Amino acid sequence: MAYQPDRSQYPQPGSDGKLDIDLKSGKYLKLWQGPQHPGITGNMSVELTVCGDEVVEGITHVGYLHRGFEKLMERRTFIQCFPIVCRICVPEPDFNEYCYAAAVEELAGIEIPQQAKWIRALILEMGRINSYLMYVGGQAGSFGMGVIGQWTTYVRDLMLDRFEELTGARIYHMFILPGGVRDSLPEGFAQRMEGTLCEIEKTMQDVYDAMYCNAVYKKRSVGVGVIDLDLMDSYGVTGPNARAAGVAKDVRKDQPYLVYSELEFEAILGVDSDIYTRSDVRRRDLLQSVDLVRQILVKMPKEGSIMTKLPNVLHWKIPRGETYIRGECSRGEYGYYLVTDGSAYPRRVNVRGPSYTHAMSLLERMIVNLNIADVAGLMVSLHTYPPEIER
Amino acid sequence: MQDLYKKLKKQFSLGELTEQRDDLAFITIEKDKLRPLLTHLRDVEGYSHLVLLTAVDWLEEGIFQLTYLISNRTAAKDIGLRVMISRDKATMESIHDIWPTAATYQRELREMFGIDFPDSPRVNDDFILEGWNNIPPYRRDFDTLKYSTENFAQRPGRETKDPAEHMKQQLYPDGAE
Repeated sequence: MAYQPDRSQYPQPGSDGKLDIDLKSGKYLKLWQGPQHPGITGNMSVELTVCGDEVVEGITHVGYLHRGFEKLMERRTFIQCFPIVCRICVPEPDFNEYCYAAAVEELAGIEIPQQAKWIRALILEMGRINSYLMYVGGQAGSFGMGVIGQWTTYVRDLMLDRFEELTGARIYHMFILPGGVRDSLPEGFAQRMEGTLCEIEKTMQDVYDAMYCNAVYKKRSVGVGVIDLDLMDSYGVTGPNARAAGVAKDVRKDQPYLVYSELEFEAILGVDSDIYTRSDVRRRDLLQSVDLVRQILVKMPKEGSIMTKLPNVLHWKIPRGETYIRGECSRGEYGYYLVTDGSAYPRRVNVRGPSYTHAMSLLERMIVNLNIADVAGLMVSLHTYPPEIER
Repeated sequence: MQDLYKKLKKQFSLGELTEQRDDLAFITIEKDKLRPLLTHLRDVEGYSHLVLLTAVDWLEEGIFQLTYLISNRTAAKDIGLRVMISRDKATMESIHDIWPTAATYQRELREMFGIDFPDSPRVNDDFILEGWNNIPPYRRDFDTLKYSTENFAQRPGRETKDPAEHMKQQLYPDGAE
């Protein structure tokens, strides 16, 4: 049975909806978790009001890494936007490239070659593996198991080697551009990738034994941070956060894009919707992505065109229109809303990152009544990346 | 999407329909029709997921376009509701009681576009910017280049290449126009 706190001793909301907290009473204390804090995912902070070791209010603060991407893009031609979109998300930049490229292609009426679709799917699954590996390390670290992060960082580095030989870059790949992809697979790529995938599977088995079967990890994560089913739609919960509650939301299955309709996989589901289940759904999702990478490498055509010939990109004007493109990234639904006005520049680009809802309104609601020591664990379990919030 | 549009049109006064894809359509509606239509789509038609809420600045026409993108997961369909509001004293009704998560979007729109959503929780609190004293920065008439030139200094001795000219030389060295 989950711990039920006595709310009667806590402050009540005033007429403006804000809690009436009298700090001078000595009953409450303000604590800032972040922006520089090992328990915070990236550059954001949570302003906690605590009573004893229990949180009575948590207010998120963002703005520490606002670079105004959406505004910057309005001053750049469509092709000039392509190298900056990936900077919106460090651990999984490829979804920005894919969603932006697909939105431009749709509004410009461009069809990309089949081979490019396979390579795009490969890149996205490789990025998903990387993102999950970072997550597993972070989740373990938030509960005091720092060594797991070192293991996953090691195998993530092997995957970065594969990214480097395919795209020439380790973090920001700038590989998926409007019209297709920049290059085809290098010779012997599949064999080297198989070696990396085997290493990842081996490490994930070790992680499973050391972390997921660990009594301390279970004690701290089972039954903590439960997202109720009725919050799913009202708070726009997507991805593994929703799937851990048994809600089968996976864009790859619901609205298959690229080549996902030709791949065999099922949406990974959980039941309990707590921190442990969310971490387990992500672990199984990671292993599924390993399988998907193998499937893609077997099923994709051995050769073919990878790029559509574009008009002169310096004078590329796209007719007036608007569209929304979504994909299933490691954290949930990632989308680009693009509006064009017939000129050589986008009229408006809006990035819909899953963290926008998960780390703001949902986190603020879920953080109440939590123990201070579990705040970091909850935040990591929502898998939030602050750059998506402030773009 | 045509079927749904015809069905809705019997109950609500709807504007232009743009079918972007089989699974995505945009409908223009009047400002005061938003709430009943959103509630109907959410409760009756299954469009229960608010994907995003954002604004587009049509400066030349003096209007803001608010786009409410909602999704029906079961049917795998999306509808974007376009509401055109005046740029002068831009205000819009809050929908945080329909989707609590909308409060975050509205807070951002208040700060970045200067669109007010009265009664939306903490709508006037700083979101991303702190101590901003200029016009809302995502409006089209806010000039980012002018702002950065006036407020920030260039590092001495640094050469800046014109990106457009550089791309022209790299991509079309034979001088294609």
